[in-house]
Amino acid sequence: MAASLETVEQVRALDKYKYGFVTDIEAETAPKGLNEDIVRFISAKKAEPEWLLEWRLKAYRHWLTMPEPTWQKVTFPAIDYQDAYYYSAPKSPDDGPKSLDEVDPKLLETYEKLGIPLSEQKLLAGVAVDAVFDSVSVATTFRKNLEEVGIIFCPISEAVKNHPELVRKYLGSVVPYGDNKHACLNSAVFTDGSFAYIPKGVRCPMELSTYFRINAQNTGQFERTLIIADEGSYVSYLEGCTAPQRDENQLHAAVVELITLDDAEIKYSTVQNWYPGDEHGKGGIYNFVTKRGACRGRNSKISWTQVETGSAITWKYPSCILQGDNSVGEFYSIAITNNYQQADTGTKMIHLGKNTRSRIIAKGISAGRSDATYRGLVRIGAKAEGARNFTQCDSLLIGDKCGAHTVPYIETKNRKAIVEHEATTSRISEDQLFYCRQRGLSQEDAVALVVNGFCREVMQQLPMEFAVEAQKLVGISLEGSVG
Amino acid sequence: MLEIKNLHATVDGKPILNGIDLTIEAGEVHAMMGPNGSGKSTLSYVLAGREGYEATDGAVLFKGKNLLEMAPEERAGEGVFLAFQYPVEIPGVPNTTFLKEALNSVRRYRGENELDAMQFVKLVREKTKRLHMSDDMLKRAVNVGFSGGEKKRNEALQMAVLEPCLAILDETDSGLDIDALKTVAEGVNLLRRPDNALLIITHYQRLLDYIVPDHVHVLAGGRIQASGGKELALELEKSGYAAFSATAAA
Amino acid sequence: MPDTIPFANHYGALRDALPGQDLPWLSRLRSDALARFAASGLPTPRQESWKYTSLRPLEKAGFGVTGAPRACISIDRAPSLLPAASEHHRLVFVDGYHRADLSTPGGLPAGAELTTLREMLAREPAWLERHLGALSASGVEGDQPLLALNTAMMMNGFVLRLAEGTVLHEPIEVVHLGGAGDRPLAYHPRNLIVLAPRAQATLIEHYTHMGEQPYYANIGTEVTLAEGAVLHHYKLQAEALDAFHTATVHAEVGPDALYDAFGMTTGARLSRNEIAVRLAGAGANCHLNGAYLVRGKQHCDNTTRIDHLVPDTACSEVFKGVVDDEARAVFQGKIVVHRDAQRTNGHQLSKVLLLSDKAEIDTKPELEIYADDVVCSHGATAGDLDHDALFYLRARGIPEVQARAMLIEAFLAESVHNIAAQGICPALMSSIGHWLAGRPGEN
Repeated sequence: MAASLETVEQVRALDKYKYGFVTDIEAETAPKGLNEDIVRFISAKKAEPEWLLEWRLKAYRHWLTMPEPTWQKVTFPAIDYQDAYYYSAPKSPDDGPKSLDEVDPKLLETYEKLGIPLSEQKLLAGVAVDAVFDSVSVATTFRKNLEEVGIIFCPISEAVKNHPELVRKYLGSVVPYGDNKHACLNSAVFTDGSFAYIPKGVRCPMELSTYFRINAQNTGQFERTLIIADEGSYVSYLEGCTAPQRDENQLHAAVVELITLDDAEIKYSTVQNWYPGDEHGKGGIYNFVTKRGACRGRNSKISWTQVETGSAITWKYPSCILQGDNSVGEFYSIAITNNYQQADTGTKMIHLGKNTRSRIIAKGISAGRSDATYRGLVRIGAKAEGARNFTQCDSLLIGDKCGAHTVPYIETKNRKAIVEHEATTSRISEDQLFYCRQRGLSQEDAVALVVNGFCREVMQQLPMEFAVEAQKLVGISLEGSVG
Repeated sequence: MLEIKNLHATVDGKPILNGIDLTIEAGEVHAMMGPNGSGKSTLSYVLAGREGYEATDGAVLFKGKNLLEMAPEERAGEGVFLAFQYPVEIPGVPNTTFLKEALNSVRRYRGENELDAMQFVKLVREKTKRLHMSDDMLKRAVNVGFSGGEKKRNEALQMAVLEPCLAILDETDSGLDIDALKTVAEGVNLLRRPDNALLIITHYQRLLDYIVPDHVHVLAGGRIQASGGKELALELEKSGYAAFSATAAA
Repeated sequence: MPDTIPFANHYGALRDALPGQDLPWLSRLRSDALARFAASGLPTPRQESWKYTSLRPLEKAGFGVTGAPRACISIDRAPSLLPAASEHHRLVFVDGYHRADLSTPGGLPAGAELTTLREMLAREPAWLERHLGALSASGVEGDQPLLALNTAMMMNGFVLRLAEGTVLHEPIEVVHLGGAGDRPLAYHPRNLIVLAPRAQATLIEHYTHMGEQPYYANIGTEVTLAEGAVLHHYKLQAEALDAFHTATVHAEVGPDALYDAFGMTTGARLSRNEIAVRLAGAGANCHLNGAYLVRGKQHCDNTTRIDHLVPDTACSEVFKGVVDDEARAVFQGKIVVHRDAQRTNGHQLSKVLLLSDKAEIDTKPELEIYADDVVCSHGATAGDLDHDALFYLRARGIPEVQARAMLIEAFLAESVHNIAAQGICPALMSSIGHWLAGRPGEN
């Protein structure tokens, strides 16, 4: 933590003359609202190089010109961007948490209940964790072990300092700052996130994991994750998230960029359990996330697996740009909505290289008065000879007040490509529920069992550490969905 | 153990059972026979608590408790087991997961300790062995892609694992060839104990060659038209249900 | 909105020639529609439902209008999709104008009327007031600028009305011929089909061309099927390859009624077939099927929407296409199951063969579901001919060009042979045959 202390000192020195935040330096949050000064403040806090500040400012200026996206099938009141804090950090590093146990025992308890790998015990089982609270990365474990094989795994703010050439080369190369309104905001104000670089030929010996947490009130979280898998390398990455229950809506606008070079593979798994709001739809996180991977190299592979059960609104399309010949993109998704949740989620598979392959398996479950939409794009470029896509979307409805929607876009410009898409929608089977109950299962256990069966194809894609927890989460998310 | 008094029941508002009286004691095997549409399956669903099958009059007491007031899973917990005529497929749920969930739910209900993975596997191995079943069936999703015989055998396995007090076999013989029928019957016979009872619902007599009943009842028009010993089943096989259907219609 | 001025200006030029200008309700209908069109302009790909179809070429083409028939070629006979020997009832329109001399509507049984919009306006304006624009006004897909344009400038079209229980055993054929004028023309036919309870009919619409001029046909059709009514509605769009064709259909299907539609597209430089069906009574059913064969630089768009509004309705939808050269096809199919529309069955399938390296297909099947007791599905495939099948045929000695033609024909024949009115199958199969014959051998 000494390095961080130093940083704060430097920032203090900088701020005094340059940006006039003298009185605010000690404060744990930047002033409410968003303007160029806030962007400069964040950059200064992080002691960032000039190029990054310039990039942030370009993004901010562009953001001002962008309209809110309207095509998605979700409704919510307009966001007041001035009514949020864009930087929130522990007052001084000494007050900050040193290890995960110190952070928030209640929170760990919650996670313990869900079994998400955060406890020391689990850490010892071999998952390296980077934990991001509100805006800053507070702990990264197992760094030493990883460094031995040349893997860089650290907060992105540190990577900016220690590996500027990598960050500068790849940051924004998959998701340019002008990509969409939320990604643009993130580019301007992102405060931390995880960075991983897997060198040539290295198979990462353990799961890497980032754990995100929005803690403070009225705070947006804008983390940025960048993972580069160099030639012939492999990494499996896990991401988990939570937020406390609050009555107001909080904005989470993250960006994740993945890059695989020749023969490299990244497996990215998410269990998203942000606070969904209460049963009347009050509160909850707006989860507006841009996740995209570029298979730049030949024979490379990016696989997204997500279990989305949280958030009041989810707006998220983990995508693959299949540039390298023979590259492979996968998207396995479970999206569960209950009460008043809204989810508009799916993927984009952009086939550019020859013989590129993609596979989409999406399972949507709607209950209560919620709406779940699968929105997916499969685009076969004119040069993507021999490309193949298979898409299967299934929706399950629990109760007659919810909605399930499927909106695929399939664009094919190559006759030597084969594209297949299938979708079904049906309700949870009364016969199955009765059969389970006759064998002694409670109504809720029966629903959880049947839904887990419905999702099995996706569950099987999750690393072991996550799979059991995700299955329990399915049950918890659907609590109270059947009378 | 089971006392049914003047049970009337409707399905979608249509009266199907019109006053059933039946008492089953521990250790007994009862066969309920009758033509199609006589209300046999309805009786089994009413006893198991299926939605849409409504008891409109009468009472059902199970070990002295009012069965009709209970949720289906509570009835299972009390020890009522229904072997389905058409076992339901549940895609994606492995048979073992299902069995374990069911067994532990029932044990919880009875205030017994749940079995851990090791104990459970041991128990299931023992039961599959006794029923001459392969482990392969345990790994597959519940009833998905099972042949008719496999489904019925799977019902027998569940029954063996859950050890019910009262097992209701709803047309377990339908769609089975003679070999499968024998295996299932063997499985059922293994479970016969002085402290439990069986209610076998069937259209044909042939299952009763393998599971010999103490009492045979003829159901027609939603009422028990006749009761007797096992010889009644043989008699029916010869003369058919016509006589009883006529009585019911009158 | 400068780009709308050409079309909006047409109104001024046409005003005096438009029928029913003495009817206040109709004038209001037209002026409201014109205002809507002027406000929105031609649709652009910025609109979600026009994402894949740009009307720039239409805008740039520049069409005129005319208040009177200006056929510069003489036509003494209109083509038919039905065998010459078969009895049927026929109306013929040339450049949007009714040609009584070519039409043979006669001999309909009591309770059946086949006439023109103009005639109906003169005879029963009050009845038309109830039906004209009634379905499109329910505005299922927001504003439809092309339909608004049609409403503002509709000149004529056909009206089919069947009284309760009237069953037509002979099919009705309506032929629209374009391009006969002395200059490029735009016209806006408006058709109305109203079937009373338990009435039944088979209707065949044939859009093709006679003259040399490019033209723009912008058609509006409203179909109302009362309880137990059955309409088999077939359409062959074989317009000239430099023509533009946009058609908007609204159908409302009552209890136990069936709307059975099949549309085949081979013509037009740019076409859009937009069909919206509202299943509004228990037991309502619709089959919405189609086939298309496009090549060169043709652009063919089929956009459908089926609304399940009440419980116990069903739909099935199969579209098959063959896309060659640099042609582009679009299929957008939306099935909406409204709140409480329980026990809905909805199935949709889109299958496309791409025959060239520059051909493109954009597919957007869509399910929007707000009721839980439903069984809905959609499927979509795109790709080349089945290589195994091709190899199999060649291994049996069939030359590749012929083998390909056989497979394409077989791919489409399935759809054609499912048509209830077998009488038009030979004509449809022969247009597939013609299309294939016009296809240069490849490889």
